[in-house]
Amino acid sequence: MQMTMIEALNQALALELERDKRVVIFGEDIGANGGVFRVTEGLQRKFGVQRVFDTPLAESGIIGTSVGMAVYGLRPIAEIQFAGFLFVCMNQLLSQATRIRFRSGGAYTCPLVVRAPYGGGVRTPELHSDSVEGLFLQSPGFKIIIPSNPYDAKGLLASAVADPEPVLFLENIKLYRSFRQEVPEDYYTIPIGKAKVVQEGRDVTVMAYGAMVPVALEAAKKAQQEAGTSVEVIDLRTVWPLDEETIVNSVTKTGRAVIVHEAPKAGGVGAEVTAIINEKCLFSLLQPVARVTGYDTPYPVPGQEDYYVPNVPRVLDAIRRVMEP
Amino acid sequence: MVTIQQIEDTMTPYQILDVEGNVVGSVPKLSTEQFLQLYRAMYLGRVFSNKIIALQRQGRATTFGSLLGQEASAVGLAAPMQAQDWLTTSYREIASLIVRGVPLTTLIYSFRGFTPVFPKETRCLPVQIVIATQMLHAVGLGMAAKIAGDNAVAVGVCGDGATSEGDFNEALNFAGVFQAPVVLVVQNNGWAISVPRRLQSAAPTFAARGPGFGVPSVLVDGNDVLAVYDVMQQALARARSGHGPTLIETLTYRLGAHTTADDPTRYRDAAEVEVWKAKDPIVRFKRFLIQRGLWSEEQDQQLIAVVEEEINEAANIALNMPPPAPDSFFDYLTDSPTPRLLEQRAELRRFAQQDQ
Repeated sequence: MQMTMIEALNQALALELERDKRVVIFGEDIGANGGVFRVTEGLQRKFGVQRVFDTPLAESGIIGTSVGMAVYGLRPIAEIQFAGFLFVCMNQLLSQATRIRFRSGGAYTCPLVVRAPYGGGVRTPELHSDSVEGLFLQSPGFKIIIPSNPYDAKGLLASAVADPEPVLFLENIKLYRSFRQEVPEDYYTIPIGKAKVVQEGRDVTVMAYGAMVPVALEAAKKAQQEAGTSVEVIDLRTVWPLDEETIVNSVTKTGRAVIVHEAPKAGGVGAEVTAIINEKCLFSLLQPVARVTGYDTPYPVPGQEDYYVPNVPRVLDAIRRVMEP
Repeated sequence: MVTIQQIEDTMTPYQILDVEGNVVGSVPKLSTEQFLQLYRAMYLGRVFSNKIIALQRQGRATTFGSLLGQEASAVGLAAPMQAQDWLTTSYREIASLIVRGVPLTTLIYSFRGFTPVFPKETRCLPVQIVIATQMLHAVGLGMAAKIAGDNAVAVGVCGDGATSEGDFNEALNFAGVFQAPVVLVVQNNGWAISVPRRLQSAAPTFAARGPGFGVPSVLVDGNDVLAVYDVMQQALARARSGHGPTLIETLTYRLGAHTTADDPTRYRDAAEVEVWKAKDPIVRFKRFLIQRGLWSEEQDQQLIAVVEEEINEAANIALNMPPPAPDSFFDYLTDSPTPRLLEQRAELRRFAQQDQ
């Protein structure tokens, strides 16, 4: 069936509620309203207020109570309304959700999924567009998934719920309804920690995730047209842990690497991918690695955001740069 | 004209025993054995605390927060709990954990600076370091019990300083909104390290916070183990029968330093400490037991010897337990380590071997 990412996620959540009585879904405005983006539309009506419920407007309270629910043995799926509001609950996420297992010598686990929309280009108020995944790389214990299409979103969300450890599931706002794709109605999973080569190529590896995948593909098309450059495009899909094998295999083959993400440049996924390349396949490189990212500033206001989010010309420029002989 | 007013607070602490151990309330119907168990648990908590502090002074234990003076509060809140109940605490409630069945050796091993596999069958979470966060965990545990249709109640305990944190207030709010089967306990010991209670809140009590969240609350003399036991038992029964959360403030006092790294003479009056020493919870309960004919000074001397021996024996066992493998902490992160984690673990092992 042809579905948007919203529809695919909604179906994934409904399947989880059907499959497993331990699954509960909660957050702000996710009940009768179905979430501000309608990801949870109809779920409360179908599965009841006991399992799909609105919470008080308190992000730390949402995550803190979900830690307790996860330790108890439920499978909580918490929604934080926008990724920018994750700042409010960083303590419960990073000092608690990720550490209960570690602190208890493995006695208790915290199988929690935190979903949050993120990403720019949709003219939102401040802190509704921020990409925060980089902040979590230094906080061992979280897996971070960022799907780029409806099919992956559904299968990866199923894997996230099945995972015994906490998972941060970030959904790109621009991708929510931007296109439809054939998505099976049945339950299926896509493994966490596996990147996907979405386009094979010989000359340069472009790595991206979320809404930057279509941007990378478009830039790859242009590079092919203008200079006959054969671009391999990798959708990282899981940004922690990174699929080092796929990254290293591709860069070893092409000898050139471009990393694209919306998040700021400093200390982010791009920096980590670059470090992996340096450690594992530096001598395959024919040119320095290029990063095309958000700038090291706060995410700007709607009137200027288009200058911040990486676009096709910026990615194409980076491809040209690394393609210099 | 509208009248702007402070919420009236006429709360007086609930008491069963006065400072002299005289009965001033309704004594809960406990067997002699149960009375003596409460007494023994308080004593055990005190001796345990003194032992870890001594070990720390000898360089054999890490930083430890004294439990001295709060034994009635910690024991009284844990004793009426049932096996299926959950407990989340700060570092000041070790005596509560002991009552709930966390082995002394497990605790002592952890104060050596190692991670024991926590005994999950006790349904206690490991002590919480980040102030007030555990109150939300308790509420989540209670919400889960309610969703699962189980008969369990969750108890969250924090100190007076924790009431200033957002998480404490969010915990009360979630508990009220979801009518969670939880009991939230504030051990008001007067001090948050060096900051006195009056700087945490302008409200006359922390118990007064409850009604603002629609959560019934009670103020109790935290140095009266029977009073704490009694209100706790009632709060647990309320929660268990579907009547929702209760907030309890226990008025007590931290007789010792915040931790072994703290020097309270820098910020508080010795005279104040003396006033509270006179309200010693163990002495108070002993007087009650003797007045009831359940106890004697002679038996007390015997108990001291028995408890000290038990603690020393547990300490000997824990101190002689082998340290964990240097790389064991990798086990506690994940069941499915990435190749990268395995590489890092191998690196640790290689250098750990070189050290030997």
